[in-house]
Amino acid sequence: MSARHDYHLVNPSPWPMVGAISAGLMTFGAANFFNLNKNGESLWMGLPAWWLLAVGFIGVLLTMFMWWRDVIREAHGGDHKPVVQLGLRYGVILFIISEVMFFVAFFWAFFDFSLFPRAVTAIAPLVGDFSEVADMNARGVWPPVGIHTFDPLGVPLLNTLVLLLSGTTVTWAHHALLEGNRRAFMWGLGLTVILGLSFTGLQALEYIEAAFAFTEGAYPSTFFMATGFHGAHVIIGTIFLAVNWLRGASGHFTEKQHFGFEAAAWYWHFVDVVWLFLYIAVYWNLFTQLSVA
Amino acid sequence: MATASADHHDHDHAPGFFARWFMSTNHKDIGILYLWYAGIMGLIGGFVSLLMRMELQYPGLQIIQNLPIDAAPGHVWNVLITAHGVIMVFFFVMPALIGGFGNYLLPLMIGAPDMAFPRLNNISFWLLVPSILLLILSAIVDTGVGTGWTVYPPLSVSDPNHSGIAMDLAIFSLHLAGASSILGAVNFITTIFNMRAPGMTLHRMPLFAWAMLVTAFLLLLAVPVLGGGITMLLTDRNFGTTFFDPAGGGDPVLFQHLFWFFGHPEVYIMILPSFGLISHIISTHSKKPIFGYLGMAYAMVGIGVVGFVVWAHHMFTVGMGVNVEWYFLLATMVIAVPTGIKIFSWIATMWGGSIRFTVPMLYAIALLILFTIGGVTGVALANATFDFAVHDTYYVVAHFHYTLSMGAVFGIIGAFYHWIGKMSGRQYPSVISHIQFWTFFIGVNLIFFPQHFLGMQGMPRRYPDYNDAYAGFHYISSLGSYLTFASAILFVFIVFYTIMFGRRVGDNYWGEGATTLEWTVSSPPPFHTFEDLPVIEKDPNH
Repeated sequence: MSARHDYHLVNPSPWPMVGAISAGLMTFGAANFFNLNKNGESLWMGLPAWWLLAVGFIGVLLTMFMWWRDVIREAHGGDHKPVVQLGLRYGVILFIISEVMFFVAFFWAFFDFSLFPRAVTAIAPLVGDFSEVADMNARGVWPPVGIHTFDPLGVPLLNTLVLLLSGTTVTWAHHALLEGNRRAFMWGLGLTVILGLSFTGLQALEYIEAAFAFTEGAYPSTFFMATGFHGAHVIIGTIFLAVNWLRGASGHFTEKQHFGFEAAAWYWHFVDVVWLFLYIAVYWNLFTQLSVA
Repeated sequence: MATASADHHDHDHAPGFFARWFMSTNHKDIGILYLWYAGIMGLIGGFVSLLMRMELQYPGLQIIQNLPIDAAPGHVWNVLITAHGVIMVFFFVMPALIGGFGNYLLPLMIGAPDMAFPRLNNISFWLLVPSILLLILSAIVDTGVGTGWTVYPPLSVSDPNHSGIAMDLAIFSLHLAGASSILGAVNFITTIFNMRAPGMTLHRMPLFAWAMLVTAFLLLLAVPVLGGGITMLLTDRNFGTTFFDPAGGGDPVLFQHLFWFFGHPEVYIMILPSFGLISHIISTHSKKPIFGYLGMAYAMVGIGVVGFVVWAHHMFTVGMGVNVEWYFLLATMVIAVPTGIKIFSWIATMWGGSIRFTVPMLYAIALLILFTIGGVTGVALANATFDFAVHDTYYVVAHFHYTLSMGAVFGIIGAFYHWIGKMSGRQYPSVISHIQFWTFFIGVNLIFFPQHFLGMQGMPRRYPDYNDAYAGFHYISSLGSYLTFASAILFVFIVFYTIMFGRRVGDNYWGEGATTLEWTVSSPPPFHTFEDLPVIEKDPNH
């Protein structure tokens, strides 16, 4: 008896359980790893502290590969009728919304610290010596005294331009795909991947040259956390786009059906917009300047 | 295999045992898995609370100094508090309502053959398995986690009892449970928006579907903020950041904001599905359509929206400005308006109805009464001035147990009695189930009603010992918990009796009044339902 509807009833799959177990091993392994670093002990005698973390992480990567391989096969098998594709669109949009809310937490921390700076930050952060704790209620300055921030008109501006440019190249690729121009599609998408890698490279250089370390108080904490999670998302987005480049090279996409690419493009725009907020708020420090003025 | 749509055609044959239960892509099977999981966790979480009531039965220390945790009794007590709270919130109520009844009933009610993303549905369930393992481990390694479910710093960062691996395990447990919830939320919203039966507009959707829609949006927007907060906790603990450490320019109150920006929507995440379920129970057993359908639906939307802007009423005592307190006081009271719309609409649904006092109906009516008590104490607590007096006392404990233990949990048990015939094809035994209801009803009230008095008299939360003056009410409260736990054991017996020996029932065993689509399929439903999509031709709510 054949189903008389267009929805996709998925066959039983081992990957959800494998993925969940891997995620459990990864987090359990990470907790072990952290505590070996801190206390010089591990729950797993004789083995390097990171082994379980590595096993779990490999399991998660394997799950993602196998799971999405199945999705692609199902798409080619004709399971992705228009209504299913619409569902995938809802799914990706909602996932991106949840990602936005994840960044809200770090922006919340940033605005708490930068709009209401505490005087205690006026100590020598490079020494990591927080002993001269001052009056909590006294107003401090942002960025804290002793923190040498990046010039927003230097590499951060270059990175902004790199990401904005990558937004245009991915749109070029999309239009080319819609018009059946495969050569232009591959060029546009390939350039986007290269620009994404350039951003990551420039950001890595910035991190190396940073005049403050993660452990040196509220500014480095928020700076590295927010830009670090953004950077991780850039890398994920770059991989997402690169996988779509490979799929494009294998002729996976048609003018009508190419949602995998569109999802990657949406994700890339999300990463781009988060950066713009980071640039304005964290690098440019616009809101602190406005509130002081 | 995965590509061949030809394999999909044989829909009436369930896969073999391992594939069916460990690799499931079927919303009903995954719902059943969730319900078993939640039931086991409810018993564990309930057993922990039983230990706590045994300790509190008399002044002085009774049992916690004998538990195998190498820490001061006060910390051991906190470990019990934490285990009880986290297990009940994340591993009992949420899996039961959202994963269990949500998965099982939502696609049936909207006429969808399954959830939008069946594999994603399954990983949402399976993530809860490592999550609970990490949580249990966190309670028993080192000296255990004793932060409460709120995991506030500096207690969770620099307290000597939390310097080891236990706290990190608890944080990762929340990460995994959070990932599970977010993926579930994406799945529910997509299913509701994309897979309603032809003719079922949003305004014709059953109220439980509305409840799940609002709940899923709350999860989607609130849980990631908690994820960010506990990630900062993790780096403060392990990588030397100072997000919550004033010595480095950080702010411990920031964590409270992040936590309660999640935590307040979270309490609506727990109660809204119950609201949805009892709307159907009350309507069915009154043999009347729900009163004020649209008002009921949009009241839930209102609760959800306003629920995002009231979080700081949990933190009135942190030293925020008076104007800020005014705002959160007023915004919190606004919640009483849509909640009142719901309570009065339920009463109006019963009014003039042909009411059958079945066990699910008793649970629903009890929820109405008891949740209203919890709601009224909530309005009282919204007043910052009053909250200053009773903050962190048993008054607050009584308040939120009236809303959750008697709101969310009564919804779960009531829904079990209402739909178990549909799920198993067998009906619960009536007389013994009535006894179970009345013992449970009396038990929980004995536990929690005296706690209002304790709180008003100044008994603080999270203490294993107390002044002799509080002994009387604590004694009554503990007796109530024994009755409640005995009733819960009776409930376990009823569950097994029903699914093994219960009377077989037909498709629509409630008859007139049970109008939603799940009553049009067999009991239990076939492995795949709605191969032919049902068509909704007239508005079922008018």
